[in-house]
Amino acid sequence: MANTTIELGKGVPIAITAEGLAKSFPGVAAVNGIDLQVKPGELMALLGPSGSGKTTLLRLFAGLETPTAGRILFGDEDATHLPVRERRVGFMFQHYALFKHMTVAENVAYGLSVRARRLRPSSTEIRKRAEDLLELVQLLGLGKRYPAQLSGGQRQRVALARALAVEPRVLLLDEPFGALDAQVRRDLRRWLRELHDRTGHTTLFVTHDQEEALELADRVAILNRGRLEQLGVPDDILDHPATPFVAGFVGDAVRLSVNVEAGWISLGGGKVPAPFQFPTGPAELFVRPSDLTLAHSAGHGTFSGKVVGTRRVGSARRAELVLDENLPSVEVTLPLEHAVHKGEELHLNLFTMRLFPAR
Amino acid sequence: MRETALRESRPLQWLLIAIAVAFLGLFLVLPLAAVFVEALRKGIEPLLATYTDEDTVSAIWLTLVVAAITVPLNLVFGVAAAWAIAKFEFRGKSVLISLIDLPFSVSPVVSGLTFVLLFGAQGLFGSLLDAWDIKIIFAVPGIVLATIFVTFPFIARELIPLMQEQGTAEEEAALTLGASGWQTFVTVTLPNVRWALLYGVLLCNARAMGEFGAVSVVSGHIRGLTNTMPLQVEILYNEYNFVGAFAVAALLAGLALVTLVAKSILEWRHAEGLSTARRH
Repeated sequence: MANTTIELGKGVPIAITAEGLAKSFPGVAAVNGIDLQVKPGELMALLGPSGSGKTTLLRLFAGLETPTAGRILFGDEDATHLPVRERRVGFMFQHYALFKHMTVAENVAYGLSVRARRLRPSSTEIRKRAEDLLELVQLLGLGKRYPAQLSGGQRQRVALARALAVEPRVLLLDEPFGALDAQVRRDLRRWLRELHDRTGHTTLFVTHDQEEALELADRVAILNRGRLEQLGVPDDILDHPATPFVAGFVGDAVRLSVNVEAGWISLGGGKVPAPFQFPTGPAELFVRPSDLTLAHSAGHGTFSGKVVGTRRVGSARRAELVLDENLPSVEVTLPLEHAVHKGEELHLNLFTMRLFPAR
Repeated sequence: MRETALRESRPLQWLLIAIAVAFLGLFLVLPLAAVFVEALRKGIEPLLATYTDEDTVSAIWLTLVVAAITVPLNLVFGVAAAWAIAKFEFRGKSVLISLIDLPFSVSPVVSGLTFVLLFGAQGLFGSLLDAWDIKIIFAVPGIVLATIFVTFPFIARELIPLMQEQGTAEEEAALTLGASGWQTFVTVTLPNVRWALLYGVLLCNARAMGEFGAVSVVSGHIRGLTNTMPLQVEILYNEYNFVGAFAVAALLAGLALVTLVAKSILEWRHAEGLSTARRH
């Protein structure tokens, strides 16, 4: 009768692993050979543009899609062909998929009340359990309401409580904050992190919002066209993007097609040193606003750009600069007290280098 | 905003409304009222006498039996078809959808005839049925078959758009929470379509009780045996028993009114439970 007594965060978290996992729909390879391991107790984000296969990968883990190739492991157990209902995953859907004809409490209790009789807790126990979970997600007292009577943020927490009720071995969240407005998103993000730290579930969530992924997750997996581009801690992803795609996708980067000659990059009427032993030829340079600093005057290793506009971003100012007629404009972050005018020429240094040979 | 956009003058508005009301009155309300008036023309006693007449009672009874068989069967077929079409992707789905609509586009007389061609004495399976001594045409099974055919689309047609609108997320959620396919169907899918289902059942039932053409072809008009209420109306009328004919017709009209009221209540109270096409 181990299943009838339930406590939060009980049980040792397990790892979930994809080995050469692939899923193709007619005409499209949505997931195209992915090797990935979410460590026990880890909070991992699957980040990518729409159509990158991140939701399909999540659904493969849940058993809502059948893989075309590869394996899925839950701990050491091969779960590739385990039916959805036997996987014991807590899955939160993008629009929550709450049962609209059931009350909040009934929604939360659903997973327990559909169990086979011999595994099902008594109705008093189920009710108690639903109460506990509603307390955990700070919705105590709203059990008798219907989903339509709740705000978006409240619905999201009901969905999470419902997923937690079945003592899932892993939590899979599809765009958990996708349907919420900005302020609520920020609050819930912090709250979800705290909840994760308390309950210790192995958690994988899908998002297209890089800020969300990089702020919340222990590690971030970046997907593009069904393939894993990079897997790493947020600092790594931001500071050492492994591929041009990652460099262009995270951190407001602008991609510049440049030429490298004998260790120097020609840029905006100046020359910038390229990384050691970088091959001569066309290359792609990714520049973020924070990569550029102002130089006092033109000199060795500096280049210049002409200001075409400024805008206020939080407590800083950003100037938009044209380095070269043929290149897209870049932005530089300036302190507020530094006033610039349109047409002004600024001298710049570029210290952080994200340079890839052109394909 | 609408008022400024629709700048028709007041008199014109009234004129249009008056035309619509007059038209409805002339072609719908008046005939319906006439049915009840005619039924009561000779007072209450001949009316009650009709309702105790053996053949009429048996016609009423047969109509109820046919509806009691047809509606549950079409309920099962309709839910199964709608479930398959709305929740799964498969080859030939559009063909299936068109086939479901077939009874709507075929004249009921033609559908009745097809059953005669299949199961009649000279029909495709005629000799086989004869050998086994099974009677379908000019018997109750034929009436049931014809009625099922004619009323098949009602429930499926109500459910398909609603189920498509609702998608599969809630069902998937139930599965991840450990529910079996059957539990998912009973606890999630059915409750989500219950009002649309009731709506479909109402329409299906009204048509099953009122169907004339297809049933007329297969029934053989055997008094007290294979006459349903609409057929009984025709027989009584042809015998110049106007009170009797209108008395039975009044029952059918009463059924229509009850259906209409129930349908309006559903549309009014449970609009969110019906497909968007039905929300008024």
